[in-house]
Amino acid sequence: MCLGIPGRIERIDDVARKLATVDVGGVKRQVNISCVVSDEHPVSSCVGDWVLIHVGFAMSRLDEAEAAETLRILTELGEAQAELEAMRLSAATTMGAAP
Amino acid sequence: MNVAPRIRTRTLGQVHVPTVTLSHGGGGKAMKDLIDDVFVRAFDSAVLAPLEDQARFDLSDLARHGDRLAFTTDSFVVDPLVFPGGDIGKLAVCGTVNDLAVGGARPLYLSCAVIVEEGVTIDLLRQIAGSMARTAAEAGVEIVTGDTKVVHRGACDKLFLTTTGIGVIREGVHLGVHLARDGDVVMVNGVLGDHGAAILCARGDMALATAIESDCAPLNGLIDALLAAAPGVRFLRDATRGGLATVLNEIAEASQVAIEIEERATPIREDVKAFCEILGLDPLYLANEGKIVVVAPPEEAEAALAALRRHPLGGCAAIVGRVHAGEPGRVTMRTVFGGRRIVDMLVGEQLPRIC
Amino acid sequence: MKYLDEFRDSAKASILVREIEALVASMDIADDKPLNIMEVCGGHTHSIFRYGVEGMLPKQIELVHGPGCPVCVLPMGRVDDCVAIAEQSHVIFTTFGDAMRVPGSKKSLLQAKADGADVRMVYSPMDALAIARANPTREVVFFGLGFETTTPSTALTILQAENDGVTNFSVFCNHITIVPTIKAILDSPDLRLDGFLGPGHVSMVIGTAPYEFIARVYRKPMVVAGFEPLDILQSIWMVVRQIKEGRAEIENQYARVVPEDGNAPALRAVSRVYELREFFEWRGLGSIDHSGVRLRDEYARFDAERKFAIPNVRVADPQSCQCGEVLKGAIKPWQCKVFGSACTPETPLGALMVSSEGACAAYYQYGGVKHHEAAE
Repeated sequence: MCLGIPGRIERIDDVARKLATVDVGGVKRQVNISCVVSDEHPVSSCVGDWVLIHVGFAMSRLDEAEAAETLRILTELGEAQAELEAMRLSAATTMGAAP
Repeated sequence: MNVAPRIRTRTLGQVHVPTVTLSHGGGGKAMKDLIDDVFVRAFDSAVLAPLEDQARFDLSDLARHGDRLAFTTDSFVVDPLVFPGGDIGKLAVCGTVNDLAVGGARPLYLSCAVIVEEGVTIDLLRQIAGSMARTAAEAGVEIVTGDTKVVHRGACDKLFLTTTGIGVIREGVHLGVHLARDGDVVMVNGVLGDHGAAILCARGDMALATAIESDCAPLNGLIDALLAAAPGVRFLRDATRGGLATVLNEIAEASQVAIEIEERATPIREDVKAFCEILGLDPLYLANEGKIVVVAPPEEAEAALAALRRHPLGGCAAIVGRVHAGEPGRVTMRTVFGGRRIVDMLVGEQLPRIC
Repeated sequence: MKYLDEFRDSAKASILVREIEALVASMDIADDKPLNIMEVCGGHTHSIFRYGVEGMLPKQIELVHGPGCPVCVLPMGRVDDCVAIAEQSHVIFTTFGDAMRVPGSKKSLLQAKADGADVRMVYSPMDALAIARANPTREVVFFGLGFETTTPSTALTILQAENDGVTNFSVFCNHITIVPTIKAILDSPDLRLDGFLGPGHVSMVIGTAPYEFIARVYRKPMVVAGFEPLDILQSIWMVVRQIKEGRAEIENQYARVVPEDGNAPALRAVSRVYELREFFEWRGLGSIDHSGVRLRDEYARFDAERKFAIPNVRVADPQSCQCGEVLKGAIKPWQCKVFGSACTPETPLGALMVSSEGACAAYYQYGGVKHHEAAE
């Protein structure tokens, strides 16, 4: 249960009700940010946050570092694959074209 | 006595009340005043002004333009009546002009039949008529006959508009939905989904704010330029309700061919993409009112694309896919991710998802 | 679009496909016994079909589409209850879009709307509350549908209504929970599953601890997965890796969104407003214990079930309907006797054909190109 989309909190609309306007690729919508505020991270500090939005509620703050890490794993995998491929090719060349 | 008949230029009637009432549909002076004030004044047509029961044309005049008559009709029931990028009037003229133009016809004359609810403001009617007049002028067509009916409040969702158009098809132009063949190139003249997104947004149910506007535009000028540069074009259709995906399926079915498109190549605005992501909609199925799907033979594809791109309404034109000899009637798409999926006919209406 | 486009990258897709292919090649998997991996969530099913992920996988991997689609598992009797509420003249019935087409025993909400009921589509329960404020003489009911992802939103809306003293707003609560569902699947004798893709957004709320029993007791690997196609492919790779290495753990591929402990404010709101039902009925799966929630007595005035007289009749699925078996992953959509014949998106017999992410509808719309060549 599922349809969640990342968006950036642009401004706070109502501190008491914890309502903010988010921007999703140029489309704006008011969302409830109760689930992403805390004593350490009060309403006013949310401007600029990237959040996961589901049915008009911000449900989680996107962790930039984790996102980068997820992609880094794949980049590394790709590099490893490329290296392996290069080794294979150079081995084939060294051995000559014998069937 | 042989006296030349005097042609009296009429003084146009005027409406002095702010809203439409049932008496404006009664056939009497109130109705004539409404027609004069709102429509005759705006449309400024010498054919319309005498308010005969029919518009009349010399056949020889029509035959100057080509050898076949093209004839189309459309009803417009859009809600809201006024939306970013246009209104029901502009939509109606564009829709009818485009329906003629995609058949290779030069659009010439339109009729305008209005069914309006009592309570609609006269100003709104004037606004809509004004839009129709401006759009008609832009498209080079004339609105020459019409009809007005007034109904009880609630009977027709404020205003329904039906426009019928006639045009003439040039000699030698033969376009058909059954003519696509293996190797043909499929292109569109610009970004997809704007109209559908703008309307959904304007209805307000989803409380989303966007800068998206309807792409509503008359395309006959664009099509003239296209056919001049690429006379071998097989088929044109405007991608209205049901979007690009629907037109592709219609072509695939009628021509009994397979079509594959590249998701990467489908031009869509960032905010339309975002809008679709939020609601779980597929932009390929959203309506367009200023976009055509072009099927061109491969040897003319480059010329066709260039002609589209040179025109103000085709700046973002792009090749989106090809016709190929696969399963007849099947439309597939290579996704941005690299996988493949079927692009089927839409069933019912697309509804926003939560999941 | 940030945080979306990067996770749809075809170059990285190719990398993962190659890794997955290398893995399965090293695992001695029999042709007639592929690895069965279930994605629980309807959102995953939709993404898999939308991006053509299934066709990119080697034949040693079978994706089994699970029951995590709250629209799909809505019993017909509950739809009848919605219609009964909606058809009362003073009611404005608000609902998410995809619930409108689910057939009841006589009609869907969309048909009820056509027949004159005031049924309105909303994106958020907060919009339903706004409609209640704007229409003080009408009773506004919100159809609260969804797993733990959506339950907090309805709870927070009820708390806001309480705070604002709104008296003409209530929720018809059909929120369900994922863990009993997964357990019912695991206990199902006719299933052979080797691993799971866990529900990413449910986990955003409940964290990853609730799934521990899957690894500990049932010894099956689960990877909590994001919804972009790269997330899904990466999660499949992680599941297959676990199987190869003989591990059974709960891993979190969606760490950029899913915190291990879940979301505290969301969970607090839910436990304040809701309590577990003893059992709840699921279309196609029958009755599952402790699988649904209802409003606590303190919030009775926001409970549509108590405010309105509803038929509350259990309606059996049509005899020919095999939704249950498809939902559990026991059969594939096209193996259902009525798939594509009596049951189509235009004439759906079961909810799996109605909801745009029900496995049957997804397969009908998007599928059929399973075994095309993989990404270039």
